[in-house]
Amino acid sequence: MTAYHESSAPRSALTDVNTFIGPYPFRHVPHPDPDILAKVLARDGVERAWVGHLPSAFYRDPSPGNVELFAATKAHAATLSPVPTVRPDWPKWETALADAVALGVPAVRAYPPQWGMGPHDSAMQSLAISCGEAGVTLLLTVRFEDLRQRHHLDSAGDLTGAAIRAIARASKQAHILVTSAGRATIEEVHWGLTPDERSRLWWDISWIWGPPDDDLAHLIRTIGANRLVYGSGWPLRLSQTPRANLDLLPEDVADSVLANAEAIAPRR
Amino acid sequence: MSPPLVDAHAHFFHAACGRADWQQLNAARFRAGDRMGITVHIASMLGTFGFTSPTYFPSPSDVTLGNDEMLALQSREPDRVRCYVTVNPNDTIHALEEIDRCVARGAIGLKLAASRRADDPLLDPVVEAAAMHKLPILHHIWQHRRRDWPAQEASDAVELGRLAVRHPGVSFILAHIGGGGDWAHTFPAVDELPNVFLELSGSGVDRGMLDDAYHAVGATRLIWGSDITMETGLAKLRALPIVGLTEEEISAVTWRNAERIFPSNSLFLSPAPFADAVSGSRS
Repeated sequence: MTAYHESSAPRSALTDVNTFIGPYPFRHVPHPDPDILAKVLARDGVERAWVGHLPSAFYRDPSPGNVELFAATKAHAATLSPVPTVRPDWPKWETALADAVALGVPAVRAYPPQWGMGPHDSAMQSLAISCGEAGVTLLLTVRFEDLRQRHHLDSAGDLTGAAIRAIARASKQAHILVTSAGRATIEEVHWGLTPDERSRLWWDISWIWGPPDDDLAHLIRTIGANRLVYGSGWPLRLSQTPRANLDLLPEDVADSVLANAEAIAPRR
Repeated sequence: MSPPLVDAHAHFFHAACGRADWQQLNAARFRAGDRMGITVHIASMLGTFGFTSPTYFPSPSDVTLGNDEMLALQSREPDRVRCYVTVNPNDTIHALEEIDRCVARGAIGLKLAASRRADDPLLDPVVEAAAMHKLPILHHIWQHRRRDWPAQEASDAVELGRLAVRHPGVSFILAHIGGGGDWAHTFPAVDELPNVFLELSGSGVDRGMLDDAYHAVGATRLIWGSDITMETGLAKLRALPIVGLTEEEISAVTWRNAERIFPSNSLFLSPAPFADAVSGSRS
């Protein structure tokens, strides 16, 4: 059988670290609901998902979105791990972070471009330090959509390599997971950090191209599979893409095992 | 035996493309294609892909070089490679000569990229030549182009639609609905034009894109392709049944529609005679 007709079995217990629930402001997205996400995970053989609240990325104050996220995922606690948003230039953000940590979240999300924060924003550096001290992963998003299709009001731009490097250098403890980055961003950040800094940084594979350029294979050979994590970008993107990418890896890296999401979360 | 799978939008590279890894890229396409079950790669080489003239505005000599390299690859791989002839319509006489020359050597389709807007009258003689040879036309499309983008004179679905209306007897393959821009704008622009087929490739894997394309034009006007991100092509293949296509509809998307619009016996109905014809024309 070919890969087209038969998807491979998961290589290990997979967690999709890059999923959301809730609508997207710039286009209709079909049923971005927790019930559907749970079914998609079961269909795709993915054990768990880290779930963000998509509208919160565009709220000025993400707190109400976090409340909705925890309520919506409660019925699926066995498979959906809520990843709330913490905005570090908003009053009492430290309390929001502490509340999230108390609820046992594996990570918190932040969206510096959507909040108008530049690459060296001190608030983001404070958040990185606090995440490191609290033992919770800081999850960043490079992009939601391809630059070429964005709504004219969607002017935030991609999260830059410079911003990621600055955040990664801010704390000697923080574990940072960056989603939806391509090879160029990954390489400029990875090789622009010290070995210690890059040892606390992971990337999801949702926006890394496969053959014929084989960017994913290249990154496995160079930065290592242990820096890469399974992620899809659902509900914005097809959940089948990361598995398809793994299924098309060349022989020398075909058996590579990506980092396990739970393993990258710092111990508390 | 697995059913056929036709990749209607592929690219290969050659030594003069300026990429030292050109052989590796070609090998990777074959490797991934074998893994996916691709039966036929229908492919083009766009001049020198920017090395000695721009990818989307190739010089006549680069057009000829790219086509020669593509035809040579087809001759070396007659069981799994078919050739689009690429032209730059700005050099009309050269474009017409190139179509005749390459069809005589086995090209089965015409590739138009972004050298001239699709609704420009300059394209009419080129399309008429394609019609004479019964070639479908794969046209590079920017979904909802709202401005000019660097290094190309891209067209969108509205502009391709105008060309398709002027040439109702020609099949137009609207390239890569996931290849950049707003696909939601594309579907209503061409849904009533029966000679426009939506080709599914592109790095974009937005949820809702396949659903909306299917509902807009039906499975008989969708054609699968991979372009330069084969993993997104595989993801879309796996998503087709989830979108709701029946097995019969999936076979339409994956090969039957291609078989219908490309010249008779040019894909795999009679692979041996085709291979003989190609080798014969070069002797």
